[in-house]
Amino acid sequence: MIEVRDVYRHFGGRTGLFSADRVVRAVDGISFSLAKGGVLGIVGESGCGKSTLGRLILGLLPTTSGDIRVEGQSLADLDRRERARLIQPIFQDPYSSLNPRQRIRDIVGLPLAAQGAMPAAKQRAEVMDMLARVGLSAEMAERYPAQLSGGQRQRVAIARALVLRPRIVVCDEPTSALDVSVQAQILNLLADLRRELGLTYIFISHNLAVVEHVATEVAVMYLGRFVEQAASDDLFREPRHPYTRALLASVLTAEPGIAIPDVGLGDIYPDPANIPSGCRFHPRCPIAADRCRIESPIRPPKNGRIAECLFASDPVRIQS
Amino acid sequence: MNARTVSAGLGVSIVGFLLLVALTAGWIAPHDPFEQDLMKRMIPPAWMDGGSVEHLLGTDQLGRDYLSRLIYGARISLLIGTLTVVTSGLIGTALGVVGGYFGGRTDDIVMFVITCRLAIPLILVALTVVALIGSSLTVVVLTLGLLLWERFAVVARTTTMQVRNLDYVAAARAAGASTPHILLREILPNIMTHLVVVATLEMALAILLEAALSFLGLGVPPPLPSWGLMIAEGKDYMFFSPWVIVVPGVALFVLVFGINLLGDGLRDFLGVSQRR
Repeated sequence: MIEVRDVYRHFGGRTGLFSADRVVRAVDGISFSLAKGGVLGIVGESGCGKSTLGRLILGLLPTTSGDIRVEGQSLADLDRRERARLIQPIFQDPYSSLNPRQRIRDIVGLPLAAQGAMPAAKQRAEVMDMLARVGLSAEMAERYPAQLSGGQRQRVAIARALVLRPRIVVCDEPTSALDVSVQAQILNLLADLRRELGLTYIFISHNLAVVEHVATEVAVMYLGRFVEQAASDDLFREPRHPYTRALLASVLTAEPGIAIPDVGLGDIYPDPANIPSGCRFHPRCPIAADRCRIESPIRPPKNGRIAECLFASDPVRIQS
Repeated sequence: MNARTVSAGLGVSIVGFLLLVALTAGWIAPHDPFEQDLMKRMIPPAWMDGGSVEHLLGTDQLGRDYLSRLIYGARISLLIGTLTVVTSGLIGTALGVVGGYFGGRTDDIVMFVITCRLAIPLILVALTVVALIGSSLTVVVLTLGLLLWERFAVVARTTTMQVRNLDYVAAARAAGASTPHILLREILPNIMTHLVVVATLEMALAILLEAALSFLGLGVPPPLPSWGLMIAEGKDYMFFSPWVIVVPGVALFVLVFGINLLGDGLRDFLGVSQRR
């Protein structure tokens, strides 16, 4: 369905006449493929490049190198209309993803209108059908975004993304701007629509609980790379990368009295303009050894799993 | 009713009133503004010694009714103000939106053009153009319109840069929308409130510049009753009959003051309604 091969995206270069080059390697060699109906959850902390990856897949940013194929067609060869029919986004903040100056019917109808050559009556019927599918009543069509709640707005954003019946939907943190009570509704709606319309999701999140709930496959992103990738069950049952373990340990519980967990990563913030040698995670890794500074941990996937850690096959060391 | 609503209301009233006066000039003017009567030169306004009710604001040095000329002058001022702002607004907004949206080399070019425009001394160029081509209403409007766009460009550019990174622009691109659609339907309506405020400021400036040009004899040609021209024509008599320049001067002040109040009011009003 979707195949991403060796995709890189670097930003910057020289910022001034006399300053040194500063290249931010936001996406630094990512490959994955995802079958129809699958849900790939991409997790990672802020600034790891997961949103950039989402924009590359959407074709909103050109890649520095690498190839993204959807149903065998390279994204770079498609025009904007063809691309729109294949891939659609759902963004994090429904307060900024809907144009405040347009009515809901025009917002949801935009992908149809952009395709051109659709009679107004048919477009209207499609929009109303889509609004009904996402659980919005017909009178919402005439309203403006400011008259809707956060959850309703996100439903509008979902309706807009699905009105063209795309193959793939890139969900960039679709629930993290919403109230907790609304999050579950939106997640369930996304799950229902996936089944009804046969969609494939790329689900970007920093919320592990959400990813565990929706994803069939999970990729853990760190400084522009997938440092671990596995089927969802495997990854949550048996994480092989120390960074994944730290992320899992950092999940907050509802238990009172338990403080914010210390995950032992220190407080050095990773800098994508200055990626460490060897294993990119070694400065923060609790089990780093000398060879981690020099030796690259990048290995071909084994049994469909990626774990870019020199000790990934050394469970004793990982457990420590 | 706070001070802001009062001043905004005052601005709306002044501009609305003068607009009405300008539109109905043909009906409400008591005399023909062009009709000369040398027997009735320099009659002072009705409330002064020697004034008469027939000429409420008196007559000028050629015996023309001053109130009628003032009423027709509102037409000239508002016409020039509006046409100038439309011309300069179109130029400046187009440049600013294109530079702000595309960025990079395009934006460098737009910034260079804006800088060039800022380096041009406005009055001097206006004077030169009018002196070379000759003065007419069209020339004044075009000269001012082609010169007064830089504030539109700067404001349109910065606000476009803020809006273009919002997710709804990304969503429109992902939806397959064309670039003209994105510029005209997604970005322009969301920066319009800022541009409206600029438009009021520019309109006041254009009216003042027209008055200045007319005062220098290079604005609208006589006998058109421009307020600036009225001040110019009256300046020789101001020591004996100060009202010949006070009357159009006050009119000019009130109009510009009203437009500025209106602009401030629009800024406050539109700013509040934009918050969510």
